[in-house]
Amino acid sequence: MVLMDVLSVRNILHDAEKAKDKKAPMGVDVTIENFTDEDLNALDVLDDFEDLSKKTKDDLLKVGVDTEENERAGSFLQVDQSNVFTNNSISNNIEIMNIGIALDKYSWLKDYMWQVVKPDADKYTAKTALREEDDGIKSGYFIRSLPNTKEVFPVQACMFISDEDVMQTAHNIIIAEENSELHLITGCATGEDISSAMHVGVSEMYLKPGSKITFTMVHNWAEQVEVRPRTGIKLGDNSTYLNNYILTSPVNSLQSYPTAYCDGVNSRAVFQSIQAGKKDSIIDVGSRVLLNGAGSAGEVISRAVSQDESKIYSRGHLAGTVPDVKGHLECHGLVLSDNSMIYAVPELEASSTNLEMSHEAAVGKIDEEEINYLTSRGISEEEAASMIVRGFLSIDITGLPEELTNTTQKMIDMSVEGM
Amino acid sequence: MVIFMLLEIENLSVEVAGKQVLKGVDLSIDNGETHVLLGPNGAGKSTLFLTVLGFPQYKVIDGSIKFKGEDITQLSTADRVNKGIGVSFQNPPAIRGVSVENLLKLESHQEVNQPLNSRMKELAKKLKFSDEFLQRDVNFGFSGGEVKRSEILQLLAQMPDFTMFDEPDSGVDIENVELLASEIGALLDKELKHDLRKRSGLLITHLGYILNFINADKAHVLMNGKIICSGNPGEIIEDIQKNGFNGCVECAQYPS
Repeated sequence: MVLMDVLSVRNILHDAEKAKDKKAPMGVDVTIENFTDEDLNALDVLDDFEDLSKKTKDDLLKVGVDTEENERAGSFLQVDQSNVFTNNSISNNIEIMNIGIALDKYSWLKDYMWQVVKPDADKYTAKTALREEDDGIKSGYFIRSLPNTKEVFPVQACMFISDEDVMQTAHNIIIAEENSELHLITGCATGEDISSAMHVGVSEMYLKPGSKITFTMVHNWAEQVEVRPRTGIKLGDNSTYLNNYILTSPVNSLQSYPTAYCDGVNSRAVFQSIQAGKKDSIIDVGSRVLLNGAGSAGEVISRAVSQDESKIYSRGHLAGTVPDVKGHLECHGLVLSDNSMIYAVPELEASSTNLEMSHEAAVGKIDEEEINYLTSRGISEEEAASMIVRGFLSIDITGLPEELTNTTQKMIDMSVEGM
Repeated sequence: MVIFMLLEIENLSVEVAGKQVLKGVDLSIDNGETHVLLGPNGAGKSTLFLTVLGFPQYKVIDGSIKFKGEDITQLSTADRVNKGIGVSFQNPPAIRGVSVENLLKLESHQEVNQPLNSRMKELAKKLKFSDEFLQRDVNFGFSGGEVKRSEILQLLAQMPDFTMFDEPDSGVDIENVELLASEIGALLDKELKHDLRKRSGLLITHLGYILNFINADKAHVLMNGKIICSGNPGEIIEDIQKNGFNGCVECAQYPS
């Protein structure tokens, strides 16, 4: 290790150590110590993706991960802390591997670690950094699209929790090289009978000039799981980032606030999210776009539905720091039960002249007039309400290749079907 | 011989948001008949429609509604519709994420995951709707004319025995009125001889152009929550055109 690297690791450790008790500014505070750290290779590697149990395969399929790998450009599966399956051989355009292996293979990769997510952001990022540097737990994936390639099929990555009380950490680095296109489907789920677990996923994404990443994430956690994804995205000139996030299953608490840094000229970030709160779930999801590059644009669209005793905080933040940028924020919520709550927080921040930013937010109940209209066509009141909710949650998937549009639409339909 | 009318409204009094709007309405419509409901704004025409349809905000405080001989006053809207009642709305709400095509499939009892059947496809084409249009969210950003044509198309999917039309031609350009009228005619068995017609209808119109294309059997004037006169549509309309609705009041006070 050269001196600079030693210093850099020391800085990360130093920052993480200081922040290990630092509460996150948002979301319920989770006692990390209640969960058990797992070893890096506690679980055996799978020879074949199909070796998983039927039940697990079905669980994965629900979050968009197909063990038959139909129309997929590659796969990555992490169970608890172990990388149990990687398929890097389907596409020549894309590299997929465990982050530890990637760090050994590419000496330059360390320069991408902890750049858009900081180790001292809160105790969850600190925990991930300490696990990585102190305990040598290099979990998570490295996915890279090679320069000037356009792989139309998506890479699928899955984080799965299989054991009770597990603390799962992952540090993912995604790089789209110049003029390349990369599509990702990431699914997260828990196995049968897991009543309590925690997931912390640090994801850092880098879009080089002229590149494009689409990132579609489906979460299907269990009722007592704590989830704290930490995501940062850095966009180069003329790059495009599209994010679709879908959560329709109960969870104990989930808090995330991915941030896109549109530093590049004419870069563009779009976040679309669907959240359905069920049971006692406390969901706090936002998306932030910092418009720092001339001509950059950001769009944040969210649809939230609260049922049972759930609470949903739906946030959005656009900040324009240079002239000639554009941003739009849309937060819509439907409150379906008297004991549930939606708190919409749209924020616009303009610190330059000549920029264009707008937001619309609306939270309410199902419009009675819409129910009446559907019942007047012979549809029962219950079915009408459910059609309206499903319709409300269906967002237009644009900007994906045709093959992926259908898959993604199906994933959304499947998630929303039970509503 | 039929012993009961298709629709029989007796002494119907209705309250909306605590205010009485209908005050003892009597109206009967037989199989195969088309009636026209006239009256000034605020007279209660739409209230009568929506009460027959059974919307929850319309509280029946007295009287009854019978359909095919059965008292439907307490039935839910969906149940009434499934017994053969249909309506076209003047200003229907837009519903996000519910496509015209999926709605048509539900209305014509087709499976949602199967392609739209050929009958509906032909009808859609006849009403000038493209395949792309059918994928749009219902009423979302539709023009006035598109709303009316979509309402009629949905009724053609249902083929109710009794259909109420609320201003089916308002906001429609003249060239499309004829098209709409011909499809409304199809919903009212107008292509059949009078005594063979089964389907019936009730039209709300502001003496619209549409009556030039649809023959009505009877007209009723609703004022202040009561039907104050009924009779030959041509004569009543001519009279209203000459003397306004005030003429109807006088006619009701001094029946000839």
